[in-house]
Amino acid sequence: MDITIPVLILAIPLFMFLLLGLAGVKMSHKLAGTLGTLGMGTVLVLSYYTAFTYWFSGAPEFIDGTTRLQYTVFNQTWLQFTPALAIKLGFLLDPISALMLVVIPTISFMVHVYSLGYMHGEKGFQRYYAFLSLFSFSMLGLVVATNIFQMYIFWELVGASSFLLIGFFYTLPSAVSACKKAFIVTRFADLGFLIGILILSFYTKQLDFLPMTQNPQGVFESFGGATFMGASVLTWALVLIFTGGMGKSAMLPLHIWLPDAMEGPTPVSALIHAATMVVAGVYLVARLFPLYMLEDAALQFITVVGALTAFYAAVVACCQIDIKRILAFSTISQIAFMMVSLGVASKNGEAIHEGLGYMASMFHLFTHAMFKALLFLGAGSLIHAVHSNNYTAMGGLRKYMPITHITFLIGCLAIAGIWPFAGFFSKDEILTACYANNTFWGVWMTVVAAMTAFYMFRMYFLIFWWDNPDYAARVKEQEAHGHHASMPHESPLSMSFPLVFLGIVSCVAGWVPFGELVTWDGHEYHIHIDWSIAAMSMGIAIIAIGFAAFLYMKKNDKPTRMADSCRWLWTAALRRFYWDEIYLFITRRIIFDGICKPIAWFDRHIIDGTMNGLAYVTNAASVAIKGFQSGKVQMYIWWYLIGAILLGIITAVCVLG
Amino acid sequence: MDYSQFLALKQEIGLLIVFLLVFLYDTFAPRKSQGMLPAISTVLMLTLTIWGFCPLVKADAVAFAGMYVTSPVMAAIKNILNVGVVIVLIQSIKWANSEFTSVRRGEFYELILLTLLGMYFMISSRHFLMFIIGLETASLPLCALVAFDKNRYESHEAAIKYVLTAVFSSAILLMGLSYVYGLSGSLYYADIALFCANNMGVMMVVALAFVMAGFGFKISLVPFHLWTADVYQGAPTSVTSYLSVISKGSAAFAFLVVLTQVFGTLYSQAWEWMLYALIILTITVGNLFAMRQVNMKRFLAFSSISQAGYIMLAVIGDNAMGVSALMFYVLVYVFSNLAAFGVIGAIENATGKIEMTDYNGLYKTNPRLAFTMMLAMFSLAGIPPFAGFFSKFFVFTSALNGTESAALYVLVLIALINTIISLYYYLLVVKAMFINDSEHPIATFRSACSERLGMWICVAGIIGLGIISYFYNYLLTIG
Repeated sequence: MDITIPVLILAIPLFMFLLLGLAGVKMSHKLAGTLGTLGMGTVLVLSYYTAFTYWFSGAPEFIDGTTRLQYTVFNQTWLQFTPALAIKLGFLLDPISALMLVVIPTISFMVHVYSLGYMHGEKGFQRYYAFLSLFSFSMLGLVVATNIFQMYIFWELVGASSFLLIGFFYTLPSAVSACKKAFIVTRFADLGFLIGILILSFYTKQLDFLPMTQNPQGVFESFGGATFMGASVLTWALVLIFTGGMGKSAMLPLHIWLPDAMEGPTPVSALIHAATMVVAGVYLVARLFPLYMLEDAALQFITVVGALTAFYAAVVACCQIDIKRILAFSTISQIAFMMVSLGVASKNGEAIHEGLGYMASMFHLFTHAMFKALLFLGAGSLIHAVHSNNYTAMGGLRKYMPITHITFLIGCLAIAGIWPFAGFFSKDEILTACYANNTFWGVWMTVVAAMTAFYMFRMYFLIFWWDNPDYAARVKEQEAHGHHASMPHESPLSMSFPLVFLGIVSCVAGWVPFGELVTWDGHEYHIHIDWSIAAMSMGIAIIAIGFAAFLYMKKNDKPTRMADSCRWLWTAALRRFYWDEIYLFITRRIIFDGICKPIAWFDRHIIDGTMNGLAYVTNAASVAIKGFQSGKVQMYIWWYLIGAILLGIITAVCVLG
Repeated sequence: MDYSQFLALKQEIGLLIVFLLVFLYDTFAPRKSQGMLPAISTVLMLTLTIWGFCPLVKADAVAFAGMYVTSPVMAAIKNILNVGVVIVLIQSIKWANSEFTSVRRGEFYELILLTLLGMYFMISSRHFLMFIIGLETASLPLCALVAFDKNRYESHEAAIKYVLTAVFSSAILLMGLSYVYGLSGSLYYADIALFCANNMGVMMVVALAFVMAGFGFKISLVPFHLWTADVYQGAPTSVTSYLSVISKGSAAFAFLVVLTQVFGTLYSQAWEWMLYALIILTITVGNLFAMRQVNMKRFLAFSSISQAGYIMLAVIGDNAMGVSALMFYVLVYVFSNLAAFGVIGAIENATGKIEMTDYNGLYKTNPRLAFTMMLAMFSLAGIPPFAGFFSKFFVFTSALNGTESAALYVLVLIALINTIISLYYYLLVVKAMFINDSEHPIATFRSACSERLGMWICVAGIIGLGIISYFYNYLLTIG
C-alpha cells in the first residue's frame, strides 16, 4: 500500500492544528471553523478509503485466504538509543486500527460540524478548532501505533489535548479544576503504564507490537517464569499497562475525573469523553490481547474491575440530576462492558467461543461510539436550548424540539439494547460471551444492562415528558432581570444534521457483519444471535423501561417517596458514593500533611538554608577580595610576578619533590 | 627555494591582501568616498571568511622548514576568528562613522586586520621566533586601539595600563623562552619536545611557569588578569569586544598547541597541575568580581575572565576531544559575547549609557534589544537549549574524557558550582531589563541597520549552534 494516504491522515490534522493555532487569531471565526471542518472532512474520506481498502480490496498483503493480516504500512526509526533499542514511528493497519480509522474521523467530523453551531460566537473559537485538530491527530496516531512507545507518546498527547479542551473555558474555576483533575488522574495512571512498558521491553528487548503479539509464546519464554510478590512478572507488567487503560477509560477507582470533565464544551464530551479517548484503554488491552491471554490472572483482574465499575456507574447514573453527568456515568458503565467482554474472552490461554468476547467488545466500542456521541450531541442541543445542564430545568421538551427528541429516543433505545437498534447486537454478543465464560458474570452484566435501560429512560422521560413547565413565564421572568432569554427551540442545521446522521447510523450499525471484519486472530467469525439470551436481556430491558415510564412519564411524587424510603442510599449514590471525598482525604490528610509537609520543611530550611549559606559565603568572599582590583598598575604587575614565581616554585616542589 | 610552500599560507596571504586593499583605499580614495571604508572593509573581510570555507583545508601542510604548519584544525580556528572579526566589523560600522572616530577610522580597520594576521601566525607557528613575532604583532597594535578614543581620559588610562602590563608580560614570557632555548638549544617546537621527553628538571618547570604567565596575560587567567577590567572598561566598545573574543580565542588555541606539542610527555603533569590551580582561581575570582560590577563593560570583563577558565578546561584534559571542545567553545563564545557587546554598543552609541541601572525597564522600551541581551546572558550562563549549554557541556566532557583522576572530577565539580554563581550575575542583567522598573528608562530608539544585522547573526548563532549538531560534529571529526 502506498504510504501517501496514511501519512496524510496524520499530517492533515497536525497541519490544521499548527495553522489554526498559529494563524487562527488572524482569521475570522467562520474561516477557522470551515478550514478545520474541511480538514477533518478530508481525513474522513482518506481514512474511509484506507479502512475499506484494508477490508474489502482482498489484496494479498491484507488478507490471506480468509485470514486478515496485520500490515505495517511504514515503520520509521525516530530515536536510535542503542543498536538494539530504537523508538519507531509507524502506521499499522489491522482489523482494530481500521475500525478506529472509521470511528474516530466519523465522530470527529460530526463534532466539527456540530461545533460550528454550538460554539458559534464563543471567545477563542479558532483555538477550539485548533485543539480539536490536535486531539484528532493524537488519537489517530495512537490507534495506528506500531509499537508500544509510539502509543505511549500519542497516549500522552491525547491526555494533553483532552486537558486543553476540558479547560477550554479557562475563566470558569470549575473547568480549570476539572481539567487539572483529569490530567493529574490520568497522568498518575500513565505512570503505571510506563512502568509496565519498561518491564515488558526490559524482558522482551523490543517495543514493536507485531513481534510480541504474533509470537506470544516467545514473550512468555523471555520472562523465564520470573515472579514478584506472588504473581508472575508478566502479570505485573500486563496489570500495570492496564492501569494506564484504567486511567484513560475511567475504570474504578480512577474514574473520578470523567464526570468532572463534563465541564468542557459538550461536543468535546461527545468526541473525547464518550467515543474516542475513553475507549483508548479498551483499545490498548485489545492491542495486546495475545499477551493478556498468556496470563489468566491479568484477564481476571480486568474482568473484576470492569464488572465492579459497570455496576457502580449504573447505580450512580440512576440518581444524578445533571444530564451530562448521567451520560458520563453511563459511558463509564458501557466502557466497563467492553472491558469485561475482553476479560471473559479467554480462559487458560484458549480463546473462548473463537474469541467472541473480543469481537463483541470491539463491536460494542463501534456501536457505543455512535449512539453515545449521538446522546451527547443531543444533550448539547438541549443545553443550548434551555441554558441549563439539569433535567429539573427541562420537561415536556418533545413538543419544542422534535428532531432532538426523536434522535435522543433512538440513542436511548440503542443503548438500552432494543432490537433492531445498534446496541442490541453488540450488547447481546457481550452477554453471550459472559455466559460462555461464567454464569455469574453473565447474570451480573444482565442486571447492569437492565439498569442501563432504566436510567437512560428515566433521563429521557424527565427531559421530554414529566412536567410541562411554563417556559413563556420563565422567559418573561428572566427578561425582567435583564437577561437575554428565549423559548426552547430546535437547534440550527449544523447541529441537527449530525444528530440525524448519527441517529440513522445508530439504527443500522448493528446490521454490519462485524464478525467478518474484526476478530482477535483475523479469522472470520459468524455472528449468530443466541435468541434465548437476547430475548431475556431484551425482556428485562423492556421491563426496566416500563418501570421508568411508570415512575417518570407523568409528574408525580412516586420518585420522591422512593428516594425518601431509602434516603441514605439515595444521597450516597447522588454523591457518587463519596469517591471524591475519599480521594480528598487521602491527598490532603495523608499525602499533603503526612509526606509533603515534612519534605517542604526540609526543602525550606535545610536545602534553602544551605543555598543561602553558600550565597552568603560567596558574597563575603567577593567583598574580601575586592581590594586586589586596586586600579594601581604597579600592584597589578606585582601580583603578576608573584603569581608567576609561586606557580613555578610550588609546581617544581610538588612535581619533582 | 620552493615557492610553492607559500600556497600553504592561503589564509595569511588572503588577509594580507585584504589589509593592503583597505590601506590603499584609506590612503588614496578621495575624501568624499572615505565614508565607504567601513562597509568596504567589512565586505572584504566577509569575502576572506567565505574564501576560508571553500574549499576547506583538507590536508596538513608545512612551510619554511617547519616553522609554519597548517591543518584542517588550524584552518577551522582561523575561520572561527574570521567570523568573529566580521561580526565585530559589522557592529562597529556606526561607531566608525561617528563624529569623533571618522577622521581616523582607517587606522581602526588596518590595526584590527594586522593584529588578526599576527594571531594567524601565532596559531600556525611551530617555532618560537615566529611565535613571538606573531604575538607581538597581535599585541602592540592593540595598545593603539585601546587608546583610540583620544578625547576620553579613560581610554588613555586603559592604554597605559595595557602597555605597561603587556610589556612586562612579554618580558616574562621571553625570559621563560630564553630558559627553554638555553636548556634545549632550539626554538623549534619539535626539538624542544624531543628534549623535554628525555630531560626533567627544575629549570624547565620554572620556564614553563613563565610561559604560562605570558599566555595567562593574553587569556586573562587569574592572577595575570588584573589589567582586564580597566582596559575593557576604558577601551572603545568595538575594541573591547575584539579583545574579549578574538584576542582571547586565538591565544587560548595557541596555548593549547604550545602546551601539548612542546611540553607534551614528561611535563604534562607539571602544566596540568599549574593549569588546575589557574582554572580554579580564574573561574572563582572572575565570578566573585563579576557579581559586584555595575558598569556593563566591566561586568563583561569579569565574565570573560571566568569564561577563560572554562575554555582552559578543554586544555587540561590533554586529548583530541579537548581541541574540538575548545574550538566549539570559542565559536559559541564569539556569538554569545558579541551579542552582549552588540547590545551594549548599540545602547552606548544611541544614548551613551553604560551602567547596569540604566538597563532597568529596557524590555518595556526596547524589547528586541532586551531579548537579544537575554539570549546572550542565557548562552553565557549555559542554559539549554542555547549554544552556551552545549559548549560548557563539551568542555566538561573533554576534561573528564578517559580520565580516572578524582582531582579532575573535583575540578569539574568546582566549575559546575561556579556556573551556578555565574547564573546569579547573568540573571541580574535579565532581571534589570525585564523586572526592575525605572523612572527614566532608556528611550525607545531604532538601532542602525549594521548593528541590527550583527545582533541577528549572533542570535542566529546562539540558537543555531545549540540546536544544529553539524558544527560540533565537524569539529569533532577534524579534532
